[in-house]
Amino acid sequence: MAVAPASRAKSEPQAPEKPEARQEKKTNGAGKAPAVPTFSKEQELAAYRDMLLIRRFEEKAGQMYGMGLIGGFCHLYIGQEAVVVGVRMASKEDDQVITGYRDHGHMLACGMDPKGVMAELTGRRGGYSKGKGGSMHMFSKEKHFYGGHGIVGAQVSLGTGLAFANYYRGNQAVSLTYFGDGASNQGQVYESFNMAELWKLPVVYIIENNRYAMGTSVTRSSALTDFSKRGDSFNIPGEQVDGMDVRAVKAAAEKAIQWCRDGKGPYILEMQTYRYRGHSMSDPAKYRSKEEVQKMREEHDPIEQVRARLLKSGQSSEDELKQIDGKIRAVVAEAAEFATHDPEPDPSELWTDIYR
Amino acid sequence: MPTNILMPALSPTMEQGKLAKWLKKEGDTIKSGDVLAEIETDKATMEVEAVDEGTLAKILIPDGTDNVAVNTPIAVIAGEGEDASATASAAPAPSPTTAASTAPSQGDGAAHQDKGGEKPEAVAKKGSDAPLPPAEASASAVAPEIPEGTVMATMTVRDALRDAMAEEMRRDDRVFIIGEEVAEYQGAYKVTQGLLQEFGPKRVVDTPITEHGFAGLGVGAAMAGLRPIVEFMTFNFAMQAIDHIINSAAKTLYMSGGQMDNAVVFRGPNGAAARVAAQHSQDYSSWYSNVPGLKVVAPYTAADFKGLLKSAIRDPNPIVFLENEILYGQQFEVPRLDDFVVPIGKARIARAGRDVTLVAWSIGMTYAIKAADELAKEGIEAEIIDLRTIRPMDVPAIVRSVQKTHRCVTVEEGWPQSGVGAEIAAKVMSEAFDYLDAPVIRITGKDVPMPYAANLEKLALPNVKEVVGAAKAVMYRN
Ligand SMILES: Cc1ncc(C[n+]2csc(CCOP(=O)(O)OP(=O)(O)O)c2C)c(N)n1
Ligand SMILES: [Mg+2]
Repeated sequence: MAVAPASRAKSEPQAPEKPEARQEKKTNGAGKAPAVPTFSKEQELAAYRDMLLIRRFEEKAGQMYGMGLIGGFCHLYIGQEAVVVGVRMASKEDDQVITGYRDHGHMLACGMDPKGVMAELTGRRGGYSKGKGGSMHMFSKEKHFYGGHGIVGAQVSLGTGLAFANYYRGNQAVSLTYFGDGASNQGQVYESFNMAELWKLPVVYIIENNRYAMGTSVTRSSALTDFSKRGDSFNIPGEQVDGMDVRAVKAAAEKAIQWCRDGKGPYILEMQTYRYRGHSMSDPAKYRSKEEVQKMREEHDPIEQVRARLLKSGQSSEDELKQIDGKIRAVVAEAAEFATHDPEPDPSELWTDIYR
Repeated sequence: MPTNILMPALSPTMEQGKLAKWLKKEGDTIKSGDVLAEIETDKATMEVEAVDEGTLAKILIPDGTDNVAVNTPIAVIAGEGEDASATASAAPAPSPTTAASTAPSQGDGAAHQDKGGEKPEAVAKKGSDAPLPPAEASASAVAPEIPEGTVMATMTVRDALRDAMAEEMRRDDRVFIIGEEVAEYQGAYKVTQGLLQEFGPKRVVDTPITEHGFAGLGVGAAMAGLRPIVEFMTFNFAMQAIDHIINSAAKTLYMSGGQMDNAVVFRGPNGAAARVAAQHSQDYSSWYSNVPGLKVVAPYTAADFKGLLKSAIRDPNPIVFLENEILYGQQFEVPRLDDFVVPIGKARIARAGRDVTLVAWSIGMTYAIKAADELAKEGIEAEIIDLRTIRPMDVPAIVRSVQKTHRCVTVEEGWPQSGVGAEIAAKVMSEAFDYLDAPVIRITGKDVPMPYAANLEKLALPNVKEVVGAAKAVMYRN
């Protein structure tokens, strides 16, 4: 387990039960976490690059929020990068992605253009939603990214619907439906689980358990804190995954996605992760200790882990990594530059896109 | 090049803050992620982290400075090997767009200005012949529930709401509050600050994110005789729970033939805040106002928020109590009385005038007040009716005013179709048709989902100019 328990938690979260014990009904090793694989140099570097892009992008977004260039709510993904990057490495182009409002990382991992994402954050015409959606509401048909949803839990039913479309068409695509530990307590999640298993819909429910929903730790919100078991009464297999280790994420996602592609129905992955920043920009984060955050950053940082492996194994050098960092900074700087100078939407846009 | 560190915007509604404390001194080395200073915003104390690396060359705004505007340079960081004494002048970023705050306007302040014999003949004729409505013909401009000589205290809407809940919880142990982040976090918008400390976790209950569930739980507890205050973090999320608000709360008394009541208050911020886009910016006034069995309250001043929330908690009916995030931080005079309650269903004349009636409530009042000031400069005396309660609607108060002014403009941020303004227009037409000299005009939010972009958001919301224009239009002036 990579994630340290919240220091102020009333009770320690339960250690994950041996998956075998509770998933006897399933065959083919469903519910059994695969061993953490080793990555080739190329894979490590790809993961490093993709995670670093998200990290630097989010840092820049935070800075631009402080400058008043970004308004409203802005939820940063810093600390959770391994989740979307690992899942992305295991998925195919046609697989759909849907998530909540903490969505910048998901979009970048889908290959959406950082300029278009950043310009949406600043509310400019070059943004993915022409400036009309903002941080929480972005979409890309081309990249199969279905948003960007502000209502906690809503994406779970919608993601189930994406899977229904795949089943209906008989294609091989899988719906990758992300939501938080907090969202896991919404009723529609369970209504969706039931339908998904009933009709064997190809959806991987990826629960990003970052231990908090705003200021509420999972132990204060959830009677059962092992989220991988949330599908038990529907007979949906689930696994707890070290969401700070991109290799573990990729391996678990590969298995879950294959389960879906084989027509066996939905799968649940509880990604145990952590957000370093406040819930949104205006969160004073009094509900956890600085030490807790510091410890996660120092001991479990998803990017540092890859970096350390690359250096230790001699697969890469400080110099090579510095170069990557420089390139990413340039991409992010270019996105910020574009998002700062791109004009606001034309006033006539107020009245467009309400009906087709 | 040295970089200016600017006063950061740390919340959607922050325009200025207090630079509470520097945690670094001039000459200190700064690494990205270091906490530089603490800033008090309208909601919380926040830490400012460094993004740039270098040396803290100069502190421009000292500890303890109040009201530092967002984007003011607060310090200068010199990069590696730079002259720490050189100060850069980074171009200020465009300032964030937030709805302007409005100074409160007390009802009796508007001086009557005789602009002399300008009233068109038609008006004069009708006016003189008009039968006066019976009893309450001369509603006072001063809110009647505040006795003469009462000492007033200045307080924010946020504190007024908190005090109302605390007072009612002290008074009646059946009252409890339940919702997301209401207890340990002290309220997502700090409205429940201190309640957990005073009343404990049984009466101040943090919930999981399960609006449909805890709203239903609240209604059930009310059926069993408790007096729940169900807080929605915002009313946008009450859509998850609207089935219980309408099907369970509003209809039960009727369905049970009067046996089973449920005294539940659903409260939280309603409508647009600033830049939070379509899913977080909806005004539900007209939605709930459509439902028999619900009472819908939407005050503007802190005094009304306090007095009406206390009434709502005591009321035996389910109440939808609509607050507004932008109003939370605004200050008003609140009477210092042991038990200040304002009756539900009574409008208030916020400003007396004889030329045109502006009907508004909640944040809509901010536009009406500014418009009335503008109109006054042109010799037009607008009368402002602060509706305060949307259902039951104080139609007699509106009618009385229209009988005097013969013209009516409604102001709301919600959508036009089937909006509250549409209802007011219909009521005025059916009950004061003969007094009208012009069709009622509704000023509303535009008929579009709320856009995120700053310029579009501004266009989507109503504005003072539109209200002034409408007032002149119903007076046939331009
Ligand atoms: C239906 C609904 N209720 C409440 C909110 C306010 N809200 C936004 S995010 C959030 C916390 C969600 O936490 P979690 O699901 O764990 O996701 P995380 O923010 O940790 O990524 C809350 C309560 C909302 N947007 N929608
Ligand atoms: Mg969470």
